[in-house]
Formats: sequence, C-alpha cells, structure tokens
Amino acid sequence: MTSTAARTDLTPDKREITTKPRLSDRVFRGVATGGGLSSLVILGLILIFLAYQGYQILRLEGLGFITESNWDVVQDNAGNTDLAASNFGLAAMLIGTLLCAALAVVIAVPISVLCALYLTFYAPEFLKRLMVAIIDLMAAFPSILFGMWGFFILMPHVEYWAMLVFKYFNWIPIFQMDVPVFTRSPFVAGFVLAIMIIPIVTSISREIFSQTPLDRVQAAYALGATRWAMIKAVVIPYGRGGVVGGAMLGLGRAMGETVAVYTVLNIVYQINWQVLIGAGGNVASMILLKFGEASPTETGALMAAGLVLFMLTLLVNSIADLIVNRTGGKGR
Amino acid sequence: METKATTPSSLSDVANSAKARKQPGSGKLGVGLEARGVHAWFGDKLVLRDVSLDFWSGTVTALIGPSGCGKSTFIRTLNRMHEFIPSAAMAGEVLLNGQDIYEPGIDVTKIRLKVGMVFQKPNPFPSMTIADNVLAGLKLAQLKTAKKDDLLEECLNRAGLWSEVKDRLNAYGGSLSGGQQQRLCIARSLAVRPEVLLMDEPCSALDPGSTLKIEETIQQLSSTMTIIIVTHNMQQAARVSDYTGFFLSDGGPGELVEVGPTNEIFSRPKDTRTENYVTGRFG
Amino acid sequence: MSTVTVKPGRPWKRTPKQVMSTVLVLLVSAAISFTAVAATEMKGKLAYLAIFFISVVVINFAENYFNRGIAAAKDSVSSSVTAAGLVIAVVPIFSILYTIFDYGRAGLNFNMFLKDMSANGPNDPLGQGGLLHALLGSFIMVGFGLLMSLPIGILTAIYLTEIKGIYSRPIRFLVQAMSGVPSIVAGLFILSAIIFPITKSSSGFMGSLALAILMIPTIARTSEEVLLLIPDDLREAGVALGGTQWRTVSLIVVPAAKSGLVTAIILGIARVAGETAPLILVSGGGDAVNANPFESPMGSLPFYIWKGFIFGTTESIARSWAGIFVLLVIIFFLFIAARMLSGSGSKK
Repeated sequence: MTSTAARTDLTPDKREITTKPRLSDRVFRGVATGGGLSSLVILGLILIFLAYQGYQILRLEGLGFITESNWDVVQDNAGNTDLAASNFGLAAMLIGTLLCAALAVVIAVPISVLCALYLTFYAPEFLKRLMVAIIDLMAAFPSILFGMWGFFILMPHVEYWAMLVFKYFNWIPIFQMDVPVFTRSPFVAGFVLAIMIIPIVTSISREIFSQTPLDRVQAAYALGATRWAMIKAVVIPYGRGGVVGGAMLGLGRAMGETVAVYTVLNIVYQINWQVLIGAGGNVASMILLKFGEASPTETGALMAAGLVLFMLTLLVNSIADLIVNRTGGKGR
Repeated sequence: METKATTPSSLSDVANSAKARKQPGSGKLGVGLEARGVHAWFGDKLVLRDVSLDFWSGTVTALIGPSGCGKSTFIRTLNRMHEFIPSAAMAGEVLLNGQDIYEPGIDVTKIRLKVGMVFQKPNPFPSMTIADNVLAGLKLAQLKTAKKDDLLEECLNRAGLWSEVKDRLNAYGGSLSGGQQQRLCIARSLAVRPEVLLMDEPCSALDPGSTLKIEETIQQLSSTMTIIIVTHNMQQAARVSDYTGFFLSDGGPGELVEVGPTNEIFSRPKDTRTENYVTGRFG
Repeated sequence: MSTVTVKPGRPWKRTPKQVMSTVLVLLVSAAISFTAVAATEMKGKLAYLAIFFISVVVINFAENYFNRGIAAAKDSVSSSVTAAGLVIAVVPIFSILYTIFDYGRAGLNFNMFLKDMSANGPNDPLGQGGLLHALLGSFIMVGFGLLMSLPIGILTAIYLTEIKGIYSRPIRFLVQAMSGVPSIVAGLFILSAIIFPITKSSSGFMGSLALAILMIPTIARTSEEVLLLIPDDLREAGVALGGTQWRTVSLIVVPAAKSGLVTAIILGIARVAGETAPLILVSGGGDAVNANPFESPMGSLPFYIWKGFIFGTTESIARSWAGIFVLLVIIFFLFIAARMLSGSGSKK
C-alpha cells in the first residue's frame, strides 16, 4: 500500500463544484447578457431591414446591382417609377468608394507609421505628450468640418499638386486625363479622407509600437544598435500585423465617409479610374445626394445601396480584426 | 569538489578550492573598466552612492548583495543603459581603457559594442534564426565581416553551444531551452567582440544544469575579456569569480561596502556587514 | 562617507555644441532651399519645403557617415524622415483650427444664441436669426441618444469584464464591427425600420436612435477598458464578504470606476456631437426651436452647418463657419473634461 503505483489508484476523482446562484444574480446575468447581445440584435436588424427595403430592387437587378453602373430612374407622368425601364447599377460608385478609400490609405498609412515611430522612439517626453493630445483631439473632429475645410482651404493646394502630378507622372495610367479638369476630383477626396484617418492609424500604430517587448528592445540596444537598427530588427517584425490591422480600420472608415466626400467630390455617374479628374463618387455620398428627391422605388434602391456599403465595411473591419488578433504580439 | 553541508564556512572553502585566482595585472590589457565615484538617481531619489571600483581584464568580478541595493543599476551605468529610464541621472565617471564613456560627444553605440550585456531573462530575437541571432550584433551595427561562418562557429563554441545547435542553425531562436537560449544570447554578445561583458543575474531563471554550463562558459571567456556578473547566489559568486564586491543599502542609496579577492571576501571579510551577509545572518 | 554634495548629471543629453550644430544644419539647408528655388524654375511652398528637407537629410547623412559610420548615418535619416511624418500629420490640425477661428469669428454674435432660423433664411445678414434651435436640438438628440446607449454600453462592458460568459468573444467582435458601421447606414436603418413602416415622419427622436447606434460601441469599449483597470482584489474582497455578484459589481466595482465611466460618456457624446449624415436622413432639420423630440423635425448643429454650406452664398457659408466654431468649442470642452477625468483616475 505504500508503492507509488498503488497510491495513484487511490487518487480520488475530481468533484464537480456547483452553486445555486441567488435570484438577483440570475437576473443580473440575464440583463447583462441581454445588453451584451444587443449589439448582435442591432446589427442583425440593420441587415434585415435594409435587405427588406431593398429587396425589390435587388431582385430586379440581381448581380447587376453591383456590376453595372447605370442609375436611371424613369418615371411616368404620374410620378410612378417605371421599373422595367429604370436601371440601378452601383458599380461606378463602388469603384469610387474603393478608389478614394485606397488613395486615402496609401497617403495616410506611411505618414501615420512614421509619425508613430517618431513619437514612440525619438520624441522627447513633453513633445510626445503634447502631440498625442493634439492628434487625439483631431480624431474627435466632425467630418463636416473636414468637408468644409477640405473644400475651402485644402482643395486649391491639392489641385496644384494634382497639376504637378499630371505634368510629371502622366505616363502612369491612373494619372492620365482626357480633359484636364482638376476641381473636385477623387484625388482631393482621397487627401481629405487621408487627413481624417491619420489620427486613428497613428494612435493604433503608436499603441502597438509602445507594446514592443522591452527585453528585445534592450537586447538590441545592448548590442550597440542605433535607434533605427533596433526599430528595423525588433519593432517592425513585432508590429507589422497590428499596423496592417490599423490600416484596414482606417480603410473601413474612409469607405463609409459621407459628408466629407460629398463636399469635395463632384459626383458623376461613370466608372472613373482617373483620379485626377474632377468626377467620381462614393456610395455614401451618392445616397445622400439622391435621398432628398427619391421616389419610393428609388429609395428602395438607396436602401439596397446602403446594404452593400454596410456589408463591405463589415467585411473590411472583420478582416482588420482578424489580422490584429492573429498577428498582434506574436513577434514574427 | 567535495559535497559538504551548506554551513557558513563552505563558501570560503569553495572559494579557496576553485581554480587558481588571477592576480591584479595578470591580464594582458591591464585595467579593463574603472568606475570612479559613480552615483545614480531616479528622479530625486539617490539610489547608488559613490561607487568606485576597478575591473581587471582577464578576471571575473562578482557583485553580490541583497535585493534592491543597486547592483543592477550599477552595471547599467557601465554600458550606458541606465539612461533609458526617463528620470535617470548620474554623476561620476566610467573609464573604458582610460576614456570616460560619458564624455559629451561620444558615440554611445560604439561603447555598447565594447561593453556587452547578458540579461536575466534570455531574450533571443524570435523573428531570427539561431545563426541570424548570433550575427545580429553585426547587422545592427552595420559591421562588415569577411568570414561569417567562422565567426558564427567561434562564438557558439565559446558560448558552449556549438555542438548542440550546429545541425539546426536555421531553426528559430525561440525553439531552444532556457539554458540554451541564454548561451545563445552570450554567443550573440560575443560576436561584436566586446572587451567587457556585463551579466545581470544570467542564471537566475535557469535550472542548475544549465547554470553549471554557463559558469563553465564564464570561466573560459574570462581569459580574454573582463567579466562582471551580478548574482544573488553566493555559491555561484564563490565558484566563478576572482573578485567580489559586496553592495548594501540600509533603506537609502546603495553603496559598495567592500571589494576584494573572492576567497578573502568569503573567508576573511574586512567589514562586519560583509561578514554578516556571507555567513547568512541576513539577506 | 563624503560630505561633499554631488549633483546629479545627465551627460547623455544633447550638449549646447550639438544643439548649435543642429541649428547650423537647419540654417544652411534653409539657405540652400532659397537659393535653389531662386535659381531654378520651381516655385511654391512645396518647393522650398522639399529642398529644405532633402538638404537636411543629405547633410546629416554625410556628417554621420564620415564621423560615425553607416549605421549612424541611416539612423540620422530615419530620425529626420519620421520627424517629417509628425510634421505632416500635425500641420492640418493647426490649419483647421486657424481656419475655424478666422472664418468663424466673422459670423459670431451674441444674438446668435438667442434666436432660431424660423423667421429667416440662411442668406439673410448675419445679425438676423441664430442657432438656438440647433443647439437645443443637438442637446436634446444627443441626450436621448445617451439615455438609450449608456445602459446598453455599460451592460455590454459588464458582461465582458464581470460575467465573462461564453458569448464574450463574439460580442467583442460585434462591438468592434458596430463601431465600423458608416453613419449614413445608421440613418438608413432608422428610416427603414421605423420611419417608413411606422411613424412616416422625421423627428428628433429618430435622430437620437441613429446617434445611439453610433454611441454604443464607443461607450462599451471605453467602459470595458475602465472596468478592466479595476483590480481583482476589490472584487474578491466583495465576494469574500458574502456579497452576490450583482452587489459586488453595483456597489463596489462600478463606483470605483466612476470617473472612467464618465469619461466613456464624454467620449460617446464627442463621437456623435458632429455627426451629420444620419441626421440629414431622419431628423428633418427644422428651423424653429422645438423642444419636443417626438414631433416634427428638429434642428441640430451639424444640420445647421450643412444647410449653410449647401445654400452656398457668402452669408450662409459665414453662418456655417460660426456654427462650426460653436461646435468645436463644445467638442474641445468635452475633450478636456475627458482628459482631466482620465488623468486623475487611470493612466493612459
């Protein structure tokens, strides 16, 4: 009875530990769970109602809703919409959404990453705190402010830069133009959106960089590394994933932006890859534009457009979430 | 070595029966590193007072003392890592080959190439292979070397790791055991050819087997460089070091109470505080 | 022990000599940029800045390369380039603040806070009409929105931090997803779910609902962060005394997190104070002071600003800028309040 083998046979089974929660606790759990699940409920309702309202048009156009780019509402004299003759195709606006948002990300992410690197590793303490406060303040600015500032102040400058780009880079296809009209182009919208998302991407990048494991940072410095050598060897491998996630969050924000784009972009209904020309659009600003005078049928189409936009931003945000959670902190 | 019960006198036995101790000046390069009147502050709080100490090249010096008496702070002043803490301040001089490393205008990254450091928790770069880890110091400092493979083998040999990893140099640094990772970190510090190696409790996170291997490594390395090791483990100090310095703080700033050849510190310490510590009456 | 007092020093800080050499580099680069622009056909601020920046980088690179080696040279380039990133990121803010001050000032007058636009059009001279209705409308709509989103947001945070049930991961994901919902989609949702089928008319309350959807993620996330900061010792103490989870949370944890929760509220308000798009869709944008959110259109600051811009005349645009000025002052105060609260409570 004293051998080890026998002793393990005597190890008792694990007991199940239970408790009967009090009523107040059960109600508490229920209420809190309900509150928590409300986000699920709300998102689900958004999906359902937009789909419900837009169903008719979606059924009519099918996949063409996304792939075609014709938006003609034909009405007869009584004001009823002639469904057969009308066309609802979102492609031009979808491409515009993607174009403006992509341009914004291309402009904003390098600036944000460099800014975050400077603030985390190079800046003196007082400057860092001041700049972080200022950048956080900018994240709280309303989009209509960016729209109006963009229209009145930024646009003339961006038009000048667009002229320079056109002059020197028009061998690149997207910078070519059939007719040189520089006002209110996707290029301007891209810049305004970029300035809007810089605070967010900078904040996220800064947080990630400041979480770089200190022991690796110190190991690099102890080997005689300069700041840049340390950043390249330790910070970038660590923070790569998180920064990509942050960039995608910025992308999502830029895709859904309404008023800022509305003010600076000339909404024209055709697919336009030429970023410098003054014509384009994005789904959100198109909805805003058409909303006031839309007939009930067209409103249904606008709902469908909203649904498409919703799913698109949901997709981008989910991917961003996945990237941040998968690669954050793994160090590879 | 005989196994004895851990009575207070055994430390001096260990110290005495270890390999022949080196005498001052027996190293080829003379005095490797000198600390003169080093003080350290964090904000307004003085944490280290007036530490003056010579470290002879070719020797191992152990710094012992209870927790919180400034030993780690002290060695961080020796390779200018102390200044990374925002509120840090210091006074005094640290002379490497006769030149003060805190002189204005000095390139601190060059100092750190000559005064290397091994940390308490092994910290190989996880995104690099074993080979890349060892050579990382060269890449970071943009140093060119003709014979990378030779250097790689030499450093891993000196760190006592070559035979265990020579077939998997392309594995990632994180795939080794704790003791192997620490030897990898030692190899990494050796690649930039430092004159002084600082070790901040290098074995405290390791098992006794790995600890022994690293102590062997330290002894072999000491023939060509100056080694300074902070340790909590008095037996380790007795086994491994030629000189020992005892730090103490009475709630205020830490001070260097006594320094001397290891066997003297453990058998005939001059200060009663040292004697109380090494005989286990406190700490 | 010496009696001579030793002063703490920081020999690693930049010496005056180093600062002087940096200033010298900047001056030389400025000189280069001026001469370069004068000598060639380039013009405009962009040219000056570009040449200045390139000179600084090149000079620093050369100096470091010859004195300290290639690694230090690369580091000097990275230092300048990242600093440039900071400058580029921050310049728009100052431009925006200056613009608001410059343009908004013209339209400000004291009467603005006492009148509404029911008797005037946007094109009328600036002394007539005002934004009282807009201020009141924003206040009411955000207030009702807060009333609805605060409980949901805090309950969500409590579920995630206190109850930690099996739905935690999906809920966290959903809250994140909800924060990405475009504001116009929130407006469309309220239209399609409530206005079209049921009420058939815009009102302030509809605006509140849309704003609530946008506020919930912000409040939930900030509250979660704040609750996580409360150490578990407090919870354990409460439970060890025999408290139920409900009592522990409501009497111990939540009060301990008070200031952080107020921060969450302030951030939620700041998030929606300037939202325009959903209000355009569902609130009707009334011009008269209307204190009843359930009936007839209600104005709001963002809508007021929007109307002025769309109308397009000099006077109306000046009105808009004045409106923006007021809105920014409000956001600024909210921001400072939030920072002061979070500074005294948790760390960031």
